[in-house]
Amino acid sequence: MNNKFRVFLKGIFDVSPLMIPVVPFGLIFGVLSIDIGFSPIETMGMSLIVFGGASQIVLLQLFSGGASSLVIISSVGAVNSRHLLYGAVVSEHLSDLKLVWKIVISYFLVDQAFARSNEYFKKNKDKDKYFHLFGGGITCWVIWQTTTFLGIVLGAFIPEKLGLSFAVPLTFLALLVNDFRKLINVIVIIISGLVATFGFNYVPYKAYVIVAGVTALLSAAILTKLNKKNE
Amino acid sequence: MSNWLLIIYCGLITFLTRFSMIALLKKEMFNDRIREILSFVPSAIFPAIIFPAIFLDNSGDFQLENNPKIMAAIIAMLIGIISQNIIATIISGLASYWFLIFMV
Repeated sequence: MNNKFRVFLKGIFDVSPLMIPVVPFGLIFGVLSIDIGFSPIETMGMSLIVFGGASQIVLLQLFSGGASSLVIISSVGAVNSRHLLYGAVVSEHLSDLKLVWKIVISYFLVDQAFARSNEYFKKNKDKDKYFHLFGGGITCWVIWQTTTFLGIVLGAFIPEKLGLSFAVPLTFLALLVNDFRKLINVIVIIISGLVATFGFNYVPYKAYVIVAGVTALLSAAILTKLNKKNE
Repeated sequence: MSNWLLIIYCGLITFLTRFSMIALLKKEMFNDRIREILSFVPSAIFPAIIFPAIFLDNSGDFQLENNPKIMAAIIAMLIGIISQNIIATIISGLASYWFLIFMV
């Protein structure tokens, strides 16, 4: 088998378990969007053009609350600022690629694909490894578009009581299973979570995600440095 | 602003946050220390999405009593620590959440 194709399939395989909670998330998005008053075509357009679950939910939330376009766009930017960090993490592995590939890969750089490919990149050195991110990203893309569509069509039949929105934090929790055993990671996780929770109502433009993230990352820098001094 | 224009701008800003670092950073800018710190990015960012979604309600108020999400998240986390398995973590979380809201 062609190596690129093999790595591509590995990407699909690695990201697949994370697609379980994306299904309810996509359905919720489709339902909410129609509920708020976007047309089915606009809803599909959002998933195709934006292709980012958190961004799209923020867009809906603020739109329904009557926020101005400028506030909506800057909030989407703030929620997305975490992708700056994802990009910084994976850029090292993609720096030899042609511009076209960098553009394609960027479109597919969603949380789930980032998390799985980041693990893969650390362990593998072959030059085709970017196909892992491509495979994972396309998998997320197909699931997201399909479930958005199903949400639009089936919206009225999905009971709200199922509490499907819980699937979102659960996905991110599952992505951290390897980090719960390391002390510095646990401290970083707690700092990030507390800053975000208490900053939620006070940081403007929903920027609490990046404020918490940067605070936690600085703590990681300090903790790893202290750790080295003690060794 | 029309809905379509709004959607396109949101798409553009999403794409730019993903693309900018990939486009700007060069391999030579990385050293072991930077790599070490960047390896904490998932631990630093994901909890900022997890915690508010579990502890706060839709209007941003604390919801600490009668909140099945807290117990379900703890169960999922424990299963995750023991199994180190993503599917087991997600399924145990959803199953215990539904058990708590429908059976208890």
